[in-house]
Amino acid sequence: MSKTTPSQTVGPFFHFGLTDNYEIDDLAGTQAEGERIVIEGHVLDGDGEPVPDCMIEIWQANAAGKYDHPEDRQDKPVDLGFRGFGRVGTDPEGRFHFRTVRPGPVPGRGNSLQAPHILVQIFARGLLKQLVTRIYLEGEPANDTDPVLHMIEDAAARSSLIARNKGDGHYHWDIVLQGENETQFFDA
Amino acid sequence: MSDIPGYRLVTPDSAPAHPYPDYRSNPLRVPKRPLMILPHTLSEVTGPAYGHESVKPEDADLTRQHGGEPLGERIIVHGRVLDEDARPVRNSLVEIWQANAAGRYVHQRDQHPAPIDPNFTGAGRCMTDDDGYYRFVTIKPGAYPWRNHHNAWRPAHIHFSMFGASFMQRLVTQMYFPGDPLFPFDPIFNSVTDEAARQRMISNFDLDATQPEWALAFKFDIVLRGREATPMED
Ligand SMILES: [Fe+3]
Repeated sequence: MSKTTPSQTVGPFFHFGLTDNYEIDDLAGTQAEGERIVIEGHVLDGDGEPVPDCMIEIWQANAAGKYDHPEDRQDKPVDLGFRGFGRVGTDPEGRFHFRTVRPGPVPGRGNSLQAPHILVQIFARGLLKQLVTRIYLEGEPANDTDPVLHMIEDAAARSSLIARNKGDGHYHWDIVLQGENETQFFDA
Repeated sequence: MSDIPGYRLVTPDSAPAHPYPDYRSNPLRVPKRPLMILPHTLSEVTGPAYGHESVKPEDADLTRQHGGEPLGERIIVHGRVLDEDARPVRNSLVEIWQANAAGRYVHQRDQHPAPIDPNFTGAGRCMTDDDGYYRFVTIKPGAYPWRNHHNAWRPAHIHFSMFGASFMQRLVTQMYFPGDPLFPFDPIFNSVTDEAARQRMISNFDLDATQPEWALAFKFDIVLRGREATPMED
């Protein structure tokens, strides 16, 4: 049995506390090393309706595949021009976007290597606990050998983690909370 | 790289029910496909040191963010952020937001016909210290109605957001006040079905920390997930 404080919903009125003044939709700015990418999409509910009161947070490695955190002991440079964390609220049409850099590959469990990916947490009115998932980028050769993608047997579920390459560094990735094209979420 | 210990999964008794249809916004938003276990890697056990550069001491006093004093009952809300092994979660961002004394949020979509207080926004932030300790000065929030069911009222609460030491310790919760008569009727509070776990969301009145002639105090300790003792086996 856990002794943790239970999660509760972020509710409908979180914006003035969390996103109005403390939003980070550009992780890369002008100083970060690496290729700029933009990830954009919609958050949709079980009726296919946009979710306008959702907060999305992301965490990722820099272009070299290094996390700016004491537990990352890899011999790789921390990039002071890059912040690995982003936070945005969805707009009235349920849209969101982040501008960041293409993350480098990071080690997985055992001796495995993970394909470039972005860790995502989703908070919304109606969700009593946040949802956790990952974004992978279409066209990355390492996707074929990524341990987490490999673990997902259902092709549609696996595909739900892969942002579509629209060219020019733009990727489209929808978060479908429920329904036919539901995103695969993790008990993490 | 050799495997690093992951974070212990939260057991169902310490989590809200999933799904929980009594909360009317839940059924269309909660996923139906089973969640998959995500074995923790470097990506999960790291996380943002967010907030350090922008948190100012005055952000922790919600009664001094405007020209005058807000209306209502001034309170101190304080406590420690710990993990399940009682280790302090140090130098970590805590964010709060809440309704004013009349039960009204400054949010433009809050339509509750109670007064806005021009001297109270209701948002605060601070960093935990080396003991995991945090402290806010604020106003006791009022209960407010919502349209979940007939005559639905939320017990007075303060929304809390914690970053912890890794992205997997991230927690958003609500702090309640002891003895609230609305507890039995609130589906959000009761989405946590275990009685002992619900008690962990209720602050304690703290006479020792009360400041005479000035403010009552409530103590709210927050427990984040603990670490596995050894790396998980593949
Ligand atoms: Fe609330």
